[in-house]
Amino acid sequence: MSLQVENLTVYYQTLRGDVHALESTTFGIADGEIMGLAGESGCGKSTLGNSLILLKPPMRFVGGRAELDNEELPIWDMEKMNNFRFKKISTIPQYAMNAMNPIRKIGKMVSELLKSRKVDFKSTLPELKRRLDLVELSHDVLNMYPIELSGGMKQRMVMVLSTLMNPSLLIADEITSALDVSTQKAVAEMLVEFRDREFVKSMIVITHDISILYQIADSIMIMYAGKLAEKASTEVIINSPRHPYTKLLISSLPDIGVKYSQKKLTGIPGKPPLLLDPPTGCRFRERCPVAFEKCLNEPSFIEIEKDHFVACWKEFEKNA
Amino acid sequence: MPQPKKKNEMLYFMLRNAKLRIGVAVLLIFVVLALVGPLLTKYQPRDYVAPGVEPPSSEFWFGTTSFGEDVFTQFVYGLRATFIVGLIGGGLGTLIGILIGFIAGYRGGIVDEILNMFTNIVLVIPSLVVLLIIAAYLEVRGFLFESIFIGFFAWPWAARAIRAQTFSLRSREFVDLARLSGMKPLKIIIKEIAPNMMSYLLLVYILQFGGAILTAATLDFIGLGPTNSVSLGLMMNNAVIYSALFLGMWWWFIPPGLAITAIVGALYVTNVGLDEVFNPKLREM
Amino acid sequence: MLELEKISKIYKTGTFGGKELQAVNNVNFDVKDGEVISLIGESGSGKSTIGKMILRLISISSGTIRLNGVDIATLKGDALKDYYRNVQGVFQDPFSSYNPIFKADRIFRIIREEFFPKINNCEWDKKIDSSLRAVGLNPDEVLNKFPHQLSGGQLQRFLIARALLLDVQFLVADEIISMLDASTRIDVLNLLAELKSRGLSILFITHDLSLGYYISERAVILYRGCVVEMGATEQIYYHPMHPYTKMLMVSVPRLDRKWEEVEMKLKAKLKAKQSELSSGCVYYERCPFLGVGRDCHKPPTLIEAEIGHFVACSYYMEVNERV
Repeated sequence: MSLQVENLTVYYQTLRGDVHALESTTFGIADGEIMGLAGESGCGKSTLGNSLILLKPPMRFVGGRAELDNEELPIWDMEKMNNFRFKKISTIPQYAMNAMNPIRKIGKMVSELLKSRKVDFKSTLPELKRRLDLVELSHDVLNMYPIELSGGMKQRMVMVLSTLMNPSLLIADEITSALDVSTQKAVAEMLVEFRDREFVKSMIVITHDISILYQIADSIMIMYAGKLAEKASTEVIINSPRHPYTKLLISSLPDIGVKYSQKKLTGIPGKPPLLLDPPTGCRFRERCPVAFEKCLNEPSFIEIEKDHFVACWKEFEKNA
Repeated sequence: MPQPKKKNEMLYFMLRNAKLRIGVAVLLIFVVLALVGPLLTKYQPRDYVAPGVEPPSSEFWFGTTSFGEDVFTQFVYGLRATFIVGLIGGGLGTLIGILIGFIAGYRGGIVDEILNMFTNIVLVIPSLVVLLIIAAYLEVRGFLFESIFIGFFAWPWAARAIRAQTFSLRSREFVDLARLSGMKPLKIIIKEIAPNMMSYLLLVYILQFGGAILTAATLDFIGLGPTNSVSLGLMMNNAVIYSALFLGMWWWFIPPGLAITAIVGALYVTNVGLDEVFNPKLREM
Repeated sequence: MLELEKISKIYKTGTFGGKELQAVNNVNFDVKDGEVISLIGESGSGKSTIGKMILRLISISSGTIRLNGVDIATLKGDALKDYYRNVQGVFQDPFSSYNPIFKADRIFRIIREEFFPKINNCEWDKKIDSSLRAVGLNPDEVLNKFPHQLSGGQLQRFLIARALLLDVQFLVADEIISMLDASTRIDVLNLLAELKSRGLSILFITHDLSLGYYISERAVILYRGCVVEMGATEQIYYHPMHPYTKMLMVSVPRLDRKWEEVEMKLKAKLKAKQSELSSGCVYYERCPFLGVGRDCHKPPTLIEAEIGHFVACSYYMEVNERV
């Protein structure tokens, strides 16, 4: 397995106590797998992505372990993680394209970044140019300021930069949200191409837009209120989900061809629980249409079919 | 679970912030001194109390000047004057700045351009030269005059800052919604934008306060201050004119100098501390 | 009910206003009573600008907007206030739409002060109550709370309730659900559809095609300030004529099929200066039929190609005329 995460628990420190943002998450990603991480806002998907690469205050490491290529990631230690960042594990953070220093030419920014990682700029330059060709960016961008590029071009530049050292794992956090439909498609397809050309081995694509995941991801993991709800291959999640939350979520997505007058879609009534003092047992229990007494206990994330994990007592019963 | 009210959260951060605590403490000392000080002394600032030059003693806590005036009395009366100049001068500057800043920021367009030009003109006028010219014509100048003068030249900085904040608030959607409710622009500024900027306005005022004190001290020091009263800057002016440094009369010029530095420094530190309290992003957890 | 005739908006940019930016270019369409129209476009298409012009939040550079025959540009003072009784807007960011230091229901109080100054408390409370229930909110849960204590979906519905307090006939909904979660989006959408069935006309501004399809009968596709295609949603979605619309349909990620292999590749180009293209077709630089049509250098006119289905592409007309 390329990435193995066991019982990862991360809280946010606030004035009023700890927010249980991520609770006992256990999952694995295979070599070459693009896993989509989806869920509503506040479900913990960004926390999961960030904790694997940059766990800094107000996040607090509470427990668990993560292993990349059979090597333990010291995610609780910012210093030690420096050896892994950018080389073995890399990220395209949310709003990355707006985070480029506006008064630095792109080429200068790249060389500074590489220098900080003790990589020689000149020897990497030919490979950098090859990658720029691949994403259809002209070499001139290295001499331009970020403001001269469009949103899509900046995003592609950030993608090239983040994957320059061929990391084993790439975490892409909401990289398509702020883009137009046509650029979204280009950027998403580029992710797949990077994986196909082995610039990156595996990916975690964090987004709230499940339809993009349907197009590019091999598997999808759904999170709810800080816990994992379901993980399976893309086809299974979209067409035959088992967890009640996933079922409701998929059925609430308007797709082209669906009209209100013909088929009225329904949302999920209620709100996700506050994670400052999370409810005991299954966190979806208050909004779940099929909750019963057993749901007062916390369900574990169990493999009910091959490569299909679910955390739901109702589904366990069906299997048993 | 009940959420703690916003006010309590602010108070909590205020009490925790070291800069705020130090700044306010220092200021309080001087404010108390300014209020209570004159009651502790039976003299007036220009009274002749003792012959000759006396260093600090149990009778004259800060010693006497070359003219036999009690330095402590001058000091506490001077403190009062300094604070009044800060209040009035700073207040006037902030008020004018608010007026111009809000209008320019909300209206935008040509009104903004005109007000901007006006602000820039006032900024580049050499206030010292103007004061010199006025001083040549006005034999007697009082504190009120000095405060108003300072206020009239200090407002551009406040106006700029307030304009920028107003600009950013104006583009927020709740202002659009207020317009869609038929609210008149003035009402929107007063009821929607200004309350949002309360903390910012407080910070601006504190800066203006400190700036006014400093400007007043400088003007007094070079002799362009009020002609008929005493202030900390005037004390230092006199000390230099009458060679206190040369004669080793440290008790004449060190207290006022130290006081001005401490007060203005404390004001700026308080400002930074308050900024941290109001802006959650600057807080350290 | 609402007509837009030759609407344009030009911004002056650069130092001393030397350069011009055309945000909206000669847009014409109308909205009938009880109709929902989707205004679809990507960023920079001018859709929000059109919404704001309808709401009189920004000035109209040229052209006329008429509500029930009355030109809205001439309205001032009380007449403008009357206009706002009939036309209201809801915006994209629910948290930015509220003044964060006040409670959320202050927006109701503002409406009361401005429009119902003489109403008594009992009647007002009843009005609020029925408004809130009409949008599916429980008054006990949402009144007397600060905006940060409510969810995005609740806040957006609150805003719709505010509009319902007046006799609103026309609602401008500018990307109102793009910042909401998937599970709450559909509730707000369904609410809009329900209100439509009670006679409300809605201009639904969005960049998301599937939402536009779900809720509206007609759609207007905008590109860089120009209308490129317009017509019934089924016609546009299943039989797109303009190259831009076709590209949109192909690029939208769907849940029932993967992106087609045969696609129109878009070459990466530097941002073109808009002033260079102001004379010809606005889609010229991205169009796959670049330069093939004989009239592409002239601005295309919006022509009714099928009944109720308009398109602004001279190449398409050329090809189909031959056929």
